[in-house]
Amino acid sequence: MSSVVVRDYIIPANDFTIAGDASSNVRKILSQIGVAPDIVKRTSIAMYEAEINAVIHGNGGQAHVEIDENKIVIIISDQGPGIADLELAMQEGYSTAPDSIREMGFGAGMGLSNIKKNSDILEIKTAVNEGTTVYITVFFK
Amino acid sequence: MTINELSQKLDLKIITKTEKNIEKEVTGVYSCDLLSHAMAKINEGDVWITVHTNLNVVAVASLTDCACVLIPENIEIDNQTIERASEKDVMLLASEKSAALLCYEIFKLIKD
Repeated sequence: MSSVVVRDYIIPANDFTIAGDASSNVRKILSQIGVAPDIVKRTSIAMYEAEINAVIHGNGGQAHVEIDENKIVIIISDQGPGIADLELAMQEGYSTAPDSIREMGFGAGMGLSNIKKNSDILEIKTAVNEGTTVYITVFFK
Repeated sequence: MTINELSQKLDLKIITKTEKNIEKEVTGVYSCDLLSHAMAKINEGDVWITVHTNLNVVAVASLTDCACVLIPENIEIDNQTIERASEKDVMLLASEKSAALLCYEIFKLIKD
């Protein structure tokens, strides 16, 4: 299956002035190509959460997005500290976000579970001190 | 009920410079200050009440297609947030009332 749209974004560390720009841009593309609104919403929530995670926890990173006629694949990677216990991190309510981040309204420990709920396939590769890569797939039908 | 009608009935201040979505239909109300939780739960057409006034509020409002964001208790709103909301056509409103009172009043108006 040939890719119709490929996009790459840089996610800067701890910069909330542009955090969410990549997901906002992808949301626009999906709406423009006529993807159903509920799928657009699921995709943008999953991508925004992953993007914010890279901003907060990963010292920033990159987003690579491929869209074909059937699906979107979003790969968000960072070279941050990695996740020591992924099973624990996936639990709703568990968070390692510092107070400064919690004061902004993040750090509820729902990021990863929101990504899981809103994606059709979620794969996370992580190792301590080697960073984290999140693979999100959402099918259009 | 539209945002315009709601703002008149409850004496809400319109903060954003854009009024593009002022005739948008309000169908519900949701109050939450945890952004990920709000993002998971807000329904399209909800008035989202939050005490946060940072830039991320605009992103969450935009992603969830809520009708508008309502800031309670006259909490000061960052200029950067007002600018971004205006750019993204996200309606920001404010009130001197508490979130609980606003939920009650909006719910009553929608129910009627």
